[in-house]
Order: sequence, then structure tokens, then C-alpha cells
Amino acid sequence: MKEILQALVEIVGTEFVSDQPEERYLYSMDPGTMPAREPDFVVMPDSTEQVRQVLLLANQHKIPVVPLGAGLVLSGLSRALKGGIILDMKRMNRIIEVNEMSRYALVEAGASQGMLQAYLKKHHPRLKHSAPDAPPAATIAGNVCIHGSGHISHAHGFHSDMLNGLEVVLPTGEVTRLGSCATSDYWFSRAPLPDLAGLFLGWAGTTGVITKLAIKLYPNYRFNDVGVFVCEDARLMPDILYRMSETQMAEDLTAWMTPKPDWARGFLHSNINYGANTKEELIWKRNLIRASVSEYIDRKIAGFIPMPAAMKQPFLEVPARQLSRFADVRKGGGFEYVGVIMPVDLFAEAYELGLEIASRLSVSYSLGARIIGINHCMMFFYAYAFNRADPADVQRAQRALEATNRAAVDMGGIPWKAEAPAQKEIIRKMDPNMFALMNRIRAVLDPAGIMNPGNWEID
Amino acid sequence: MQYEEILHRCFRCGYCKLPENYVDFNCPPYLSFRFETYSPGGRMWLIRALLDNKLAPTGRLQEILFSCVACANCVTHCTFPKFKDQLLLAFTAAKEQLVNGGKVPPAVRDCLTRIYQHGNPYGHARKKRDAWTDGLKVEPYSDQEYLFFVGDVGSYDTRGQEIARSVAGLLQKLGVSFGILGADEISDGNEAGAMGEAELFKYLAEENIKTFESRGVEKIITLSPHGYNAFKNDYPGFGGNYSVLHYSQVLAPLVKKAAFAPDQPPLRVTYHDSCYLGRHNMEYGAPRTVLTALPGVELVEMQRCFQNALCCGGGGGNVFTDIIGSGRQTSAGVRVGEAAASGAGVLAVACPQCAVMFADAVKVQNLEGRLAVKEISEIVNERLIKQEVN
Ligand SMILES: Cc1cc2nc3c(=O)[nH]c(=O)nc-3n(C[C@H](O)[C@H](O)[C@H](O)COP(=O)(O)OP(=O)(O)OC[C@H]3O[C@@H](n4cnc5c(N)ncnc54)[C@H](O)[C@@H]3O)c2cc1C
Ligand code: SF4
Ligand code: SF4
Repeated sequence: MKEILQALVEIVGTEFVSDQPEERYLYSMDPGTMPAREPDFVVMPDSTEQVRQVLLLANQHKIPVVPLGAGLVLSGLSRALKGGIILDMKRMNRIIEVNEMSRYALVEAGASQGMLQAYLKKHHPRLKHSAPDAPPAATIAGNVCIHGSGHISHAHGFHSDMLNGLEVVLPTGEVTRLGSCATSDYWFSRAPLPDLAGLFLGWAGTTGVITKLAIKLYPNYRFNDVGVFVCEDARLMPDILYRMSETQMAEDLTAWMTPKPDWARGFLHSNINYGANTKEELIWKRNLIRASVSEYIDRKIAGFIPMPAAMKQPFLEVPARQLSRFADVRKGGGFEYVGVIMPVDLFAEAYELGLEIASRLSVSYSLGARIIGINHCMMFFYAYAFNRADPADVQRAQRALEATNRAAVDMGGIPWKAEAPAQKEIIRKMDPNMFALMNRIRAVLDPAGIMNPGNWEID
Repeated sequence: MQYEEILHRCFRCGYCKLPENYVDFNCPPYLSFRFETYSPGGRMWLIRALLDNKLAPTGRLQEILFSCVACANCVTHCTFPKFKDQLLLAFTAAKEQLVNGGKVPPAVRDCLTRIYQHGNPYGHARKKRDAWTDGLKVEPYSDQEYLFFVGDVGSYDTRGQEIARSVAGLLQKLGVSFGILGADEISDGNEAGAMGEAELFKYLAEENIKTFESRGVEKIITLSPHGYNAFKNDYPGFGGNYSVLHYSQVLAPLVKKAAFAPDQPPLRVTYHDSCYLGRHNMEYGAPRTVLTALPGVELVEMQRCFQNALCCGGGGGNVFTDIIGSGRQTSAGVRVGEAAASGAGVLAVACPQCAVMFADAVKVQNLEGRLAVKEISEIVNERLIKQEVN
């Protein structure tokens, strides 16, 4: 271990390696419910070359390497399940280039959502990226590589769909570019080359380390508004969402159902966020959206909540801070959610499942969904709050998460950014040939099995 | 430990590391060291682990906890309204726990010992406390309107002394009636308190209060925002109730009325909000009022300003202990870079500690010649002098 420490120091410098109890303790867990797993080292590289050297070293000594962004995924994906090195990428946070005309940004893997947001606001006010509601310290790479979604996902799909290209370091140390950047100085798209970026999307850091990535940018509207549409019958939701998405006016379409505050209990809310460059255009969009669901309004079975501007503010905020505050519901600093990617058709079933589990296991819950693409699918979330200081409460939330993951898979959904146990649930239902192919690919890319081991594995 | 009931409520979401516009990390120790352990959320969890005996109070843990510069960025930007106000209080309580157990970094121990033995963190003789007045005729406090409380940095640090002289000279020119305590002044205790030495802070406060009472002090002007904070917010708890002003608050209305020559050369200035004036006490206007009253001065803001200002890294005793100075990217270094990027030729401060921190940083960052660090009264004085010469 001493020699490994020394070798790591030589690569990144003394200040950026730790094998001390404080770092090993803190980096052993994330804010979710998954049990702690201590790494042997925490290492903070500052360049692709340093990442490459760390991987060569790890490969030579068969030391596990776990890439870490902000660790906000909540499902414990960046814990060192088998010890080894946690590679905290946040020093590599440069915004390398923004191509205004081709609307993309090239960033290092540790660049945060918040940094890019601030950078664009200052230097390219006509552009924005699709930010998730994760706290702004979340990294762009960490989010893209788990197929995240965010504030423009209704219009443009998963954040992985917005990826133009990657620079990755393979577990065996080769630095590889994928997408147009493999052939050109421009990072404008993944087409028309064979799309190898998929080897790093959805793999939970088990195939290599992303060091740079380019993502698409979109027009930053001058005026933005939100409508909140409410109904009481979950069975109506797929049609309501279908009609709203048919207008193609919204950038973001989300649903939320919570038992708190009391006035919200039992109601299903759909937030529809849209923007425009003139007030007239905004009103025109608003009218189109209203017209799409007028039948429900006319029949008085659903309708828009009249909202003064101040009340809209939290719904227009990017990211929405109030989502993080759910962690304090039980005055205990914790929540974790199962986000299930599934067809919108299953909305009512998914909703009933959440209510049933919350009541059966007595957990504090919040349910909701983000519509990805124009009703192409949704990320339905089941968030359960827990009190970190009370192990029984943490266990209760864990049980609810497990039950949700299992039932969601059985329903035809797929848990997103799944915890290691939930990955096993998915594998249980997965086409065995796909799983076999995944293993073959991993064996080729990572012969020593060093990348985030314990994930996407049966045992 | 006081406030321990909030520790587990931290979600480790990290809003507290950032300013409101998320442009970059705004917690100085985190910025310097980059391990999550140095972030506010990391501290919360480490302190919990310390109390639960999951971690021992090792030298490293001590360094981590004492690297907090008490800048209150986390208090301002934590997204949990129900406990955010107690974050810094919890960090200070944890330091207090270490102090009481004798588990503090050597630099902190030595600094606290010097304050205890000499009434100041430099360990200099008390009788030299008024050495800064050299060349100025400043009266001892007797029946003047204000006591001018100079504080440790203004009394003993060379750069601090220049600032003390500049401020006192300007107050005199503007006709403010004040006197000083000289050798009777001792540390205001703000830094001892921030380093978790609650007993020493209490002792210093009580000693100062005794002096103030015996001299009939009612109104105080402080040179340092740190002293301003202690007198305004903490001394009432020890029975010391005074009308307390930071000198910028005294200058603001007076400078507006002062006469300046119209043909002043243009000067682009950016102002750095000191944490104890800004985030701790919400005084953002007075220093800006002083600067904008000056003919020829154009005030430009840095990307992080007002409640989003990046701390100079000198608070929490760090100006004396330099615990965060060992990190590679110091906040003072980043801050002077940000000031230069704003297009300003002058970085204006209203705190002697900030001035000391930035003076070094400008050299380290090779910004000498491009960016001058000036205290606000120095900028006023330059212009007043020109007027007098004219
Ligand atoms: C309140 C809250 C709201 C949220 N809202 C959303 C939302 O709206 N949309 C959304 O998509 N997510 C959301 N999330 C989930 C999550 O926080 C985000 O997806 C976040 O962007 C993940 O980024 P990270 O930097 O924290 O990744 P991490 O958690 O650090 O990493 C995620 C995974 O990616 C791997 N990884 C990280 N960096 C690299 C790299 N450079 N190379 C290879 N692998 C890497 C890790 O090993 C891990 O497996 C939310 C979370 C919270 C707490
Ligand atoms: S202190 Fe507040 S903002 Fe910071 S990590 Fe904890 S809960 Fe989040
Ligand atoms: S007070 Fe400042 S230095 Fe201390 S933890 Fe909070 S943000 Fe960091």
C-alpha cells in the first residue's frame, strides 16, 4: 500500500492524494441509504494525463478505480464496493470551449452544472444547457453518463441524447475520442461515425473514465413561464400529458404528487415550463397549451391553478432547490429515490404502486415524473425521506426502495441509476444475451476488472 | 456539543460550497484543498463522526476543522432554512470541543496562547499598541464622542498600521471627534471566539468592557469589521452595550459632503466585501457609498460580490495561523485574479485583515503593477490631498 500511495503522489502531487481516515470515512458513502464502503485512497487528478497514469498504475496492480463526480446520484454508485481508489474528478472542471454557432459546450468531466450555467449566463446569454434538478455541484459528466434528464428534456430527450462526444481514458490507459471529435477539431455530433459513446453511458463508471465531453446547448429564452395543471385521477394523466406534449411548446413537463403540504395531498400536478423570446410568443404558446387540455377544463375535472408571479418562482428556478429540501422532511438529512424509466402509459399503475408502498412501509414519500421527449417515456420517481440518525428509519426507506425497484421492474419499467442490488433486479429480467454481451465488452475494455467493480454484476 | 442536533440533518447537497450564481467554489478551505472533507457538508458529517467516536481527533481532523475561516458563505447559501443559521455556530462549537480537549493544531495553540499572555495574537508588547500613531497626533480617549478601537492587525501589522493611520487621519480631517485606548486596548476577541476559545473570548470581552466602563465609552468606531462584529453582536451578551460603527459607516455620510477637485484622474475600482461587514452584518452599502462619492472613481463589481463575495481566507484566525495557506489554490489568490478580471486597477478593501491577505496574494499571482490593493480611506485621502494641494 505504501508503494501505491507513493506512486499516486508522484502522479497527482501530495496534496491531492489521501489515505487518511477522514477522507476514507467521508468518501465511503453518499447521501443515500446504501451502506458505507471504504476506499483505500482518494485521488484528485487535474488532467487527462494524470487520469491515464492512475489507470495504468491501477491496472498493473489490479486496484479498483471508482470515478466520482459530485456523488449526488444518491444510489451509492460511486462507493468503493471493493476498496481501491476513488477518483474525485472535480479538479478537472475547466470549460474548454463554447461554440455559439453550432450550439455546443466542451467541458472537462469535473465541470459542474452550476459552473456551466454561470459561464453561459455571463459569456453566452443566448444559450443554455439542459440542467437537472440535482444540486448545482453535480457534474455534467456524472449526469450524462447515467442518462440524466433535466429542464429541456421534454423537448430534447435524455441528457445522453444531447451528448456530442467524449474523451475517455480506457481502463488499460488509452486515451480515446468518440464522436466527431475523433476525426475533426469540432465536437458537433456523434453521427455519422459508429456510436461508441454508448460504451460509457449507463454503465455506472464500469467501462472507463470520461475526461472531456461536449454537450448540446439550446436557445435561452428571454421570457419563461410555467403552468400548473391539476387533476385528481391518475388514470387521466397519460392523456393529459399526451395532449400537452402534442403541442411541442414545452421545454419541460413534470408531474408531482406529494402528501405535504396538506393542500396538495391527493392532487396530481403537471408543471409545464415553456419559454419565448417575446411576450406575444409566450402568450401564444400558453394559449396553445391551454387549448390542448381545454376539454378537461370545460368538463371541470381538471384545470390550471391560478398563480401569482411569486408563487411561480420556485417552479421556474433551475435547479429547483425545493427538491433538495425534501431531505429535511423527517429532520434527518436524507432521501433517496427510485427513478424508473418507463412508458407514460403506466402512469396510473406507477402512482398506485408508490401510494401502496408508502402506506405499507410507513415511509415519508414524494412521487413525480419527468416526461422525456414528447411522451416518449418518463422518469417516474419514488422519493423516500429518512432520518439519518435513526438506523431503523434508514432501513425502512431502504426496504421501500427495494420493494419499489422490484415492482417497477415487474411492471415493465427500468430503474435508472440503479443501486447495485437494483442492478441485479434488472439483470434478472434482462435478455441474457444482452448481459452476456455487456460482460464480453467489459472483459475486452477492462481485462483486469478494475473499473467500479461490484456494479452490473450478478454476485 | 452545542448544535450537535443539526449535524445529521445535512444532506451533503453542496449548495453551501457555492455562491448564489454557482460560478465557482466559494468556501475557502474547500477551494484550497478540494477534498470533500473540507467542505461545509463534509465538516458536518466529520463532526458527527467525531462525536460518535467513529473518527479520532487526529492532527488532520484538527487541521480540517480549524481551516474554516468563518466566512459564513455556507450560512448564506445552505438551502435548508431550518438549520442553516446554525452551521457556523456548530463548526465553532466543534472547534471549542477540540480546544477544551487540548486537541488543536500547533499554530492555533500558539496563537491562542499569545492572545492569552499578551492580549494580542502577535505576542507583541501591550505598550507598543499605539505604535501605529507614529506621525499622527491622536488623543487618548477621554471625553471625545467616539472611541476608535484599532484592533490587533491595525495595531501591530505593518500594513495594518498604515491603514489605521490612514483611517484615523481621514477621520480627523473630516472633523470626527475620537480618542484611542492605546496600551489599554486588548484584542476584541472575535478571532479567539471564532477559533472556539469561548473562555478566552469571554475574558477579553469582560476586560474590554471593564475598560470601556471605566473610561465612560458609549460610542465605538472600529477599524476592523471583526471587532465591529464582536462589539455589535457578542458584547451585549457579556453586558457591554454600545453604539458601534465600522469606520466606513462613519465615512459614508461625511465623504458625500466633502469637497473634491473636479479634475481627478479616472480610477476603476472594485470593492471586496469583507465577510464580517457583509455576510455577517449585512453592511454592503457604506463602503460603496464612500467610493462612489469620489470624483473620477468608477466602481465595478466582481462576479462574486455582496453576499456572494469570496472570502480573503483570513478569518477564523487564519490570518495568524495560516492553516489554509498551505493549499495550492488559496482564496486570496483567486480573489485578486477575479478583481483583475473585473477590469479594475484597484482592489478596495475596508478591513485590515483582507488588505494583509491580498497584499501577499497580489505578489504570488504576479499581479503587482496591474492591481493595487488599497483600503478605502487611502483612496479618499489621495483625492483629498490633491484637492488641498490644488
Ligand atoms: C435533489 C436532487 C435532485 C435531482 N434531480 C435530478 C434531475 O432532475 N435529473 C437527473 O438526471 N438527476 C437528478 N438527480 C440525480 C443526480 O444528482 C444527478 O444525476 C447528478 O447529475 C449526478 O452527477 P454527479 O456528479 O453527482 O455524479 P456521481 O454521483 O458522482 O456519479 C454518477 C455515476 O457516474 C460515474 N461517473 C461520474 N463521473 C464519471 C466520469 N468522469 N467518468 C466515468 N464515470 C463517471 C460514477 O462512478 C457513478 O457511477 C438529483 C439528485 C438530487 C439529490
Ligand atoms: S450544509 Fe446545507 S447546503 Fe451544505 S451540504 Fe449540508 S444541507 Fe447542503
Ligand atoms: S464558514 Fe466559510 S470557510 Fe467555514 S465552512 Fe462555511 S463556507 Fe467554508
